[in-house]
This record gives sequence, structure tokens and C-alpha cells, in this order.
Amino acid sequence: MSEYDRAITVFSPDGHLFQVEYAQEAVKKGSTAVGIRGKDIVVLGVEKKSVAKLQEERTVRKICALDDHVCMAFAGLTADARIVINRARVECQSHRLTVEDPVTVEYITRHIATLKQRYTQSNGRRPFGISALIVGFDYDGTPRLYQTDPSGTYHYIALHANAIGRSAKTVREFLEKNYTEESIATDNEAIKLAIKALLEVVQSGGKNIELAVIRRNQSLKLLESKEIETLVTEIEKEKEEEAEKKKQKKST
Amino acid sequence: MGWIEILDRAEVVTDKHHIRGSTGGGEIRRAPNLVPLRITCLPNDQDKMFKLSDKILLLCVGEAGDTVQFAEYIQKNIQLYKMRNGYELSPKAAANFTRKNLADYLRSRTPYHVNLLLAGFDETDGPGLYYMDHLSALAKAPFAAHGYGAYLTLSILDRYYRPDLTRDEAVDLLKKCIEELNKRFILNLPSFSVRLIDKEGIHDLEKLMPVGAK
Repeated sequence: MSEYDRAITVFSPDGHLFQVEYAQEAVKKGSTAVGIRGKDIVVLGVEKKSVAKLQEERTVRKICALDDHVCMAFAGLTADARIVINRARVECQSHRLTVEDPVTVEYITRHIATLKQRYTQSNGRRPFGISALIVGFDYDGTPRLYQTDPSGTYHYIALHANAIGRSAKTVREFLEKNYTEESIATDNEAIKLAIKALLEVVQSGGKNIELAVIRRNQSLKLLESKEIETLVTEIEKEKEEEAEKKKQKKST
Repeated sequence: MGWIEILDRAEVVTDKHHIRGSTGGGEIRRAPNLVPLRITCLPNDQDKMFKLSDKILLLCVGEAGDTVQFAEYIQKNIQLYKMRNGYELSPKAAANFTRKNLADYLRSRTPYHVNLLLAGFDETDGPGLYYMDHLSALAKAPFAAHGYGAYLTLSILDRYYRPDLTRDEAVDLLKKCIEELNKRFILNLPSFSVRLIDKEGIHDLEKLMPVGAK
């Protein structure tokens, strides 16, 4: 096994591309990111790693706008992500220049995925160690959520929500259990669902969550920590009320 | 009195001749006192102003095709800067970026033959107007004009411009220029679209249509 993972372009005897699989391991070490597709809003939430005291918080940004109507969050190697994001941004403008239309979310996802695949099939290069959640609104107003991974495959997330990174499995299970039509009925509910999902795996609550939303025909908005705190307190109150109700039911 | 009907691609000449038009089946009759030649109407619905960002406008005139190509290229690059850095380029930086691009292309096989006016509002420096020509000269100016109309309007602007003009006075000055063109310029220019940039952004003002122009 160890002989077949040095040069990336080589398959192993049992059909594995080990470098790509190792890249996926790198992604699993990255901080969790969750994406929710509502009716008129798309939400991206990431777990913010606690920052050293002497470090300026704002310089670590894991949610990035690619264009006025598309943005992405990633899990994995931040430096690799910077390159991918830069290429995607250039492609968004290039598309506007040649075709006079903004990119569709699917188009830019496909572009990023193709870029990633190219790096799994050329010599001397290693794959990008990131998975990305790409959200946005298409020209006709439909909200979309896509996911890419280091191998260059991309998926359309038909069921409104997905998670990547460390503890992605836990978050995904939570979303599968708690996602209903009502949970994304309003913009606020969709945002709260993202926070609830992240609270499952994030250690110290609201302080370690970074949240961004895009509403139809508006550009990316990063929520301030105050807003996130308010929503977290709301969620915790709701949880308490639920627990109270259950207690009462048991006692009667 | 006679009348003259101009047909597709048929040129009408002096009143002494009787010509039957071949296309369309019309007739050309005599018309004394009238010696028209080709009458062409240039398109009047082209917007030559390109929005580079929320507070910057680029007015691009010159070679057909070059104008749109160059202006859109600059426009998309300014947007790319915004995406990459999270904030928009200042008007001064945008003007210099545009000039550099124009200069680079000037000594290539494919120079852009365009004359530009870049107008923008900066938070710290206030409003700014930049004059750029096809040889890539850049100058920040209080007022500027390109084309043959400049020969007429620059003197008006020179006479009546003051650095402390209010918004309404500035629009009036623009109207004075247009009146002058209406009087003395050979081409009939029926309508002018007007835009204003202030700290709130770009605003469309109502079209100016000089009286007597059709």
C-alpha cells in the first residue's frame, strides 16, 4: 500500500487513489461547516476555531463570497482554499464578461470541481485538501446548495442541508432527524436550524460560530456575534420549554 | 411645392432631375430650395456610461466595439477586486488601473482607441473626475469633455465653472453647455442622459432635451 501513494497519478492495485483519500482525511480534520437551503434564504455556518489572544479575529474567514449572489464555506486546508476561492472569483467575473449573465451555482461548482479533479490527475501536484459547500441563488431566483470534495466530485444537495468537516456525520444525522418543511419555513427558522446543528458539535456555544446568509437579490451578509448570541439564547429557551413540556407530559 | 421622398440607399440630387426610385416603388419629385444629401440617423439609445462600482462611472467613447470591450473588461476587473478584497477600489485607484491597462495595450498590436471620463466619489477625498484619452494620458480635472463638442463646451465650462458649485448650479452649467451645442454644433443632438454621483451613490437625473432639437 505504501508504494502506491507517493506519485498521485498512480492507482493502487485495488483501484484506490490514495492521495485523494488522504486529502479527504485532511478535510475530516477541518472545522465543521454546515449549509442550509431555505425558501428565500441560504445559510452557511462554520465552527470558528478559538483564536489566540494576540491574534486579530477578523483575519480568519472561512465563509467567502465568490460573487454577489454566490458564496462558499470550506473544511480543510485554509491555504488550499484561498487558491480555489481566488480561481472561482476570477471565473465568476470572466463568465459575466463573456456571457453577460451571472454564473449559476451549478456552473461555478462544476468549475471548482473540475479544477480539483485536474489536480488529481497531473504529475507533481497534490489534490486540494478541502471540501466546499457552495450556496447561492440562480438567475431565476432558485436557491441552491452544492458540495464538492477533494476528488473533484460534486453533489447537488436536494434535501436542503448538509455538513462537512470534523463531526460532519453527527451534524448530518441531526439534520436528517430535525429537518422538516417547517424548520426552513421562514428565514429565521433556517438560520436557527444552522445554529442548532452547529451547537451539537461546537464546544462553547455562540462564540465559536460564524454565520453568513444570502437572501434573494441581496449580497452575502455575515451575522455579527451579537445577533448569533441572541439567536442562541432563543434556541436555548426553546429547548428548555420543550424539556418542560415533556416533563409535564410524563407527570400527568 | 414639391416634396422629396428618400428611399433606401437612393441618393437624392438637385431639383432639376426627376428620378424614379427603383426600390420600394416610390417617386422622387422636384424640390426647389432643398439640396439634401444622405440623411443618416445615428443610434440614440446607446448608453455610453458603464457602472464600475457603486460610486464610480466610466464614460467611454471612441472606436465602435473597442468602447464596450474595454469598458466591460475594466468593469469586471473592478468587480473582481471587490470580491477578492472585500471593499471597492477608490476612484483614483480605478482611474490609474484603467490608465495602466490602456497604456499596456497602446504598444501592442491591438490598441484600444477609446476616450474616457471616469467619475467617482471617494469617502475621504470627495468627488473626483478623471480625464483619459486614447494615448493613455490621465488628468484629474474639475471639468472635462471629449469629442468635437469639447471645442464648444470647454470654453463655457471655463467661463462659468466654480469649485463651490452646488448640485443645481452644476446641472444648470451642464444645461448651458448643451444649449451651446444646440446652437453651434453641426450635428443635431436631441437628447442627453445625465447621471450624478454623490456620497449616496449613482443617481439618474432626467434626460436633457434641448429645445428645437428633434
